[in-house]
Amino acid sequence: MFSIPVFLQSFEPLFWAARYTLLISGLGIALGLVIGTLVCAARLSPYAPLRGFAAIWVSFLRGVPLLVQLLVFYYTLPVIGIDVPAIFAAVVTVGICASAYISEIWRGAIAALPRGQAEAAVAIGMTPRDTWTRVILPQAFTMSLPALVNELILLVKASSLVSVVGILELTRASQAQAATTFRPLEVYLAAACIYLAINLCLAALGRYLEHRTAV
Amino acid sequence: MQASAVDIRKVNKYYGPFHALKDVDLAIPPGKVTCLIGPSGSGKSTLLRCINFLEEYDSGEIRIDGQLIGYEVPGRKMSGRKLRQMRRSIGMVFQQFNLWPHMTAKENVAEGLIRVRGLSKSEAETRAAEALTKVGLADKMGNHPARLSGGQQQRVAIARAIAMEPRLMLFDEPTSALDPELVGEVLNVMKALASEGMTMVVVTHEMGFAAHVADQVAFMEKGELVAVDSPQGIFHAPKDERIWNFLRTYHERNSF
Repeated sequence: MFSIPVFLQSFEPLFWAARYTLLISGLGIALGLVIGTLVCAARLSPYAPLRGFAAIWVSFLRGVPLLVQLLVFYYTLPVIGIDVPAIFAAVVTVGICASAYISEIWRGAIAALPRGQAEAAVAIGMTPRDTWTRVILPQAFTMSLPALVNELILLVKASSLVSVVGILELTRASQAQAATTFRPLEVYLAAACIYLAINLCLAALGRYLEHRTAV
Repeated sequence: MQASAVDIRKVNKYYGPFHALKDVDLAIPPGKVTCLIGPSGSGKSTLLRCINFLEEYDSGEIRIDGQLIGYEVPGRKMSGRKLRQMRRSIGMVFQQFNLWPHMTAKENVAEGLIRVRGLSKSEAETRAAEALTKVGLADKMGNHPARLSGGQQQRVAIARAIAMEPRLMLFDEPTSALDPELVGEVLNVMKALASEGMTMVVVTHEMGFAAHVADQVAFMEKGELVAVDSPQGIFHAPKDERIWNFLRTYHERNSF
């Protein structure tokens, strides 16, 4: 039978593990946003080699499962003499993987802007920099928010995959707890509640930003 | 004879194999209104956009107050900085207004003054307010474009251009995207601008405006400049059959 006290007691140890989930997805998202922005800039640059590099980056990282990327990153680096802590490998891999999706989200939003928006800026003699920072990017950011929040939520959930390199994050911790307490129903339900809470917060943040930047 | 504000000579433009402008010659007199008319796809807008080099012409010359635009010498592109310098004094108004939706009317007008002319924020806002008052929108300064009618949006776009104090204004079908009842307010602003002696080049389907406000009318078809004449000459004594045909379809469409 489902026991409410057991369910409630399951939360405390899971909160501890959820910090890893938050840490890895938070840092992964931050890294993904930075790299994704750079990759998008490369993709849109007038220099063909940069564009090519960005295109390969995106198709490679989107084409290989995050799980496999994690294993490759974690087990290959020591072979070439680089020893990385599991948590570092996890953050970098999640960040790099996210960058591929995020750069495409930016690119899509920028491409969706009517050409006349930039033309109006160019026609009055604005520099390319001002055209980007004042006209294109603020609008592209607003337009990309729904897709971006989507991606961030996927990322939080995908962070459960980092358990394969031995990190005791939320999913792994609930497995362990379920195995020792023999109460899988209560434990997994508690884990589900924590994931849901994190992602509802992200969605609320997204709505707040959308509302603030709405045009 | 007075020097032209814009001197277009033997301009050609290709889109791949498509010959969009064919040896176009046109002189735009200063302080006057020149209307470009013709069927759609005739190259009017392309020609207009070549004047501020939004569209790159492939050969020939376009001179603004004697200075070649877009090219240092024929065949060698001008630096971005120099081109921006030249564009500062050329205002442009688009068919789709192209207001920046994330800025208020006032911010739309002030933006160029701050970024391009280097004015302080307060000075730019004062000038923006003046420009908006001039186009009759003193009470809409804080509105975002989405909260304005099409006619109001286009007037903000005109204010954005005139606030930069251009020597030349280009209008690319400024009323074509408007509901019929909103066309008049935009044309009135343009007439006021013309009466102040602004040099204007207007691509338009408003034959009434061309007939009554223009000092000269240029008719284009299939990338060729067929005729340049007074409105009287174009509308009442066209010398070319293609103009006849164009005006006849226009009248057929607009009569009831």
